[in-house]
Amino acid sequence: MLFTSYNFIAFLLILFIVYYSIPKKYQWVLLLAANFVFYSFSGWDNVVFITVTIISTYISSTKISNLYSGQASFLKENKGMLSREERKAYKDSIKRKQKLLLIICLLFNLGILAVLKYTNFVIYNINNVMGMFTNVELPFLNLLLPMGISFYTFQSMGYIMDVYRGKYPAEKNIGKFALFVSFFPQLIQGPISRFDDLSKTLFKEHDLDFKNISFGIQRILWGFFKKLVIADRILTAVNTITGDPDNYQGIFVFIGMIFYAIQLYADFTGGIDITIGIAQVLGIKVQENFIRPYFSKSIKEYWRRWHISMGTWFRDYVFYSVSVSQFMMNISKKSRRKLGEKIGKRVPVYLSTITVWFATGIWHGSSWNFIVWGLLNGLIIIVSQECEPFYAWFHKKFNIGHTFLFRLFQVARTFLLMCSLRILDCYRNVGISFRMFCSMFTNWNFSQVFSGKMLEIGLKKSDYYVLLAGVIILIWVSLIQRKGSVREKLSLKSEFVHYAVYIILIVAIITFGAYGIGYDSNQFIYNQF
Amino acid sequence: MKRKRVLNILIAVLILVLTLAFLEKLLMPKYMTEILEGALISEYYKEEYKEHDVIFIGDCEVYENFSPVKLWEEYGIRSFIRGSAQQLIWQSYYLLEETLKYEKPGVVVFNVLSMKYGKPQKEAYNRMALDGMPLSLSKLKSIKASMLPDEEFITYIFPILRYHSRWDELSREDIEYVFRKRKITHNGYLMRVDVKPLDTVPRAKILPNYRFDDICYEYLDKMVNLCKKNNIELVLIKAPTLYPHWYDEWDEKIKEYARENNLLYYNFLDYIDEIGIDFSTDTYDAGLHLNLSGAEKLSVYFGKILKENFNLTDYRNDDEVRKIWERKKVFYYSMKEDQYKELETYGYLKSYNIRREESEMN
Repeated sequence: MLFTSYNFIAFLLILFIVYYSIPKKYQWVLLLAANFVFYSFSGWDNVVFITVTIISTYISSTKISNLYSGQASFLKENKGMLSREERKAYKDSIKRKQKLLLIICLLFNLGILAVLKYTNFVIYNINNVMGMFTNVELPFLNLLLPMGISFYTFQSMGYIMDVYRGKYPAEKNIGKFALFVSFFPQLIQGPISRFDDLSKTLFKEHDLDFKNISFGIQRILWGFFKKLVIADRILTAVNTITGDPDNYQGIFVFIGMIFYAIQLYADFTGGIDITIGIAQVLGIKVQENFIRPYFSKSIKEYWRRWHISMGTWFRDYVFYSVSVSQFMMNISKKSRRKLGEKIGKRVPVYLSTITVWFATGIWHGSSWNFIVWGLLNGLIIIVSQECEPFYAWFHKKFNIGHTFLFRLFQVARTFLLMCSLRILDCYRNVGISFRMFCSMFTNWNFSQVFSGKMLEIGLKKSDYYVLLAGVIILIWVSLIQRKGSVREKLSLKSEFVHYAVYIILIVAIITFGAYGIGYDSNQFIYNQF
Repeated sequence: MKRKRVLNILIAVLILVLTLAFLEKLLMPKYMTEILEGALISEYYKEEYKEHDVIFIGDCEVYENFSPVKLWEEYGIRSFIRGSAQQLIWQSYYLLEETLKYEKPGVVVFNVLSMKYGKPQKEAYNRMALDGMPLSLSKLKSIKASMLPDEEFITYIFPILRYHSRWDELSREDIEYVFRKRKITHNGYLMRVDVKPLDTVPRAKILPNYRFDDICYEYLDKMVNLCKKNNIELVLIKAPTLYPHWYDEWDEKIKEYARENNLLYYNFLDYIDEIGIDFSTDTYDAGLHLNLSGAEKLSVYFGKILKENFNLTDYRNDDEVRKIWERKKVFYYSMKEDQYKELETYGYLKSYNIRREESEMN
């Protein structure tokens, strides 16, 4: 069930009404049922996979948590009777058991994800290598990729790691835990929530709150506006340009990459707006996933503001785990010894960074373009970090670090850099992507923009007007957001203004949205991850 | 405070609904020029006088080939054609079901060409058949039966969801007819006076089989039962148009069905000479549809059959009814005159903007 389908809107309306009509203590149960109804629309096979993840994670985390509580009561009972060494030995034995449970659970669930998502990628690479020596090819497997598997797997694995690290005890109620893993608004494209954050409001009893409902609906409408009016309208042009690299080169690669940046932003943030809005109508707080990322002045900053939940997930569960691992400790020691303290201490950090970006790349898709994209991101971050002293010197020397124009330059530079990297995402092929990137500098066909070719990429003049208006509104709202919540500001205005905004948004979505026959029905881009 | 808020919400919802209703009116195709066929279905509901002896249902083979005004002039028969482009048999059935909520005619005439379609064909035809119907259970059932896989049910209930993207192709026609459309038919008959003589009839394709789909029989049965239940005589006809080809095997099947169900069936292809149809003068698209001359000849011929077989009252002596039909005649003859004038002046029907490929509509 797509967020933009009529079925989904009907599903939401029914859910909202029933949610506030039943006794509050059953609200979370209703949500759990709704999750499975929502999920079952994508096929009952999918329900099996998420159920397996829920049960396996629940059992493992409960056992880990029980070991903690068992350890606490054992140590309490035997307080003063155990020597320091005995206490340490006891704690180590518990930790080993917990680690074993954690590893089994991680391997099992990440294994499911890996098998379903990456088997054919592995076969593809084996075939490529074997192709050099033989004509034998392994057949590709027809594997089902359950909806949102990357998101719910990461969310549940984050949970069990938190339990393992003793951040919070495991949830005792399997129903509530299942609700956390399968919470439908975020099942399709995130954000990847943390249990301690989401559970604060997810299991609570919620009163009908006018502010929550109006704010939630506003957010949903804003999400639909971004998705239907901007993202799905520009989609045809992006597909036309990137689908025909022989015909669209030079300036069209540039246009395609800018259009893709707009599409991806409007699509992904639109989806997240709908997610957060739905949750808010239900009285649940879901964390923000974007903070105006295109206003970032560096790649590092960009990744702190784009798909925040994914970035922090990789930081907390991959980067930290890798950097403090025994393997990295050994490398650290060796590199310090051989390369000196100053350079040597950076080696494990950079290796961990590269590992994280490799994982981020492959998480986005099982193909080389995503891996290269991830690694290039990591590389740029490392290079920028290395160049930071030079930048600081340069800014100080020429006194330009704080001027508006220079900040604007930084924003534009970061935006263009990110767009350039995303060419790998657009063309889904490393060779073509690099060829297209180079064509921007070698194929000077700027005049074609005014020769009518812009009207051959699936957009009419009227589409450009709508897109222009949509993007201006998007930028305008983002500029206002810098000084605080737009909805809070709106709430201070008269009711007339509120309702005018609702009416304008609904009419704009219905009239100018790119949906229905004649438009490609388009899933949210992040569905596939 | 709470009451005020509720009131404000209600006002806002009302404004939103009115805005969307207006936009829907504005954005829906008006079918006032070029593709007039889309405006046929809705004309029935604007008809003040919904008392008819004969109701025709079916596709272009009824709305292009029979003239209710001629039937009135010759026999005093009050008739209406509830036809639309490529109307499918389930659409005909539900349209009849709905028509019977407004009136009880003595005879229903169904053109059997649509028996050849066991599946929905094209969204555009669905729209022409369904958009003009007001919301009713019959309409909902007809939508459900007619939808193609990529169509959405809700877009038939709220057509703005289908036509929203027309904002950039709005024309003067859309503004002019936003609230009120002009009348374009004569009790459902779409008049054409121009002539395009028959040249050659395309050769009929050999079909893998000549069975009608079960679903077509199912709806034909329903139609028979509906008419029986309402004491209505059902007449099956096949209009005398030369293509799309009407196969002998199909004809046999309909004859057999009519025999089994004790129905009258007329395949007018067998009576072309008797009717007096001359395909060098009586068709506007080389044998696909009849023009006014052909339609009038066919109406005179069929009216006699209706009169002979059914006890239809001649209303020409009823003053009240005559007044109504006199008005219809004025409109009929003024349009006829207009069309001839246009033909003389421009060589084609300019104000009707009819220069398109006629074979598109059947």
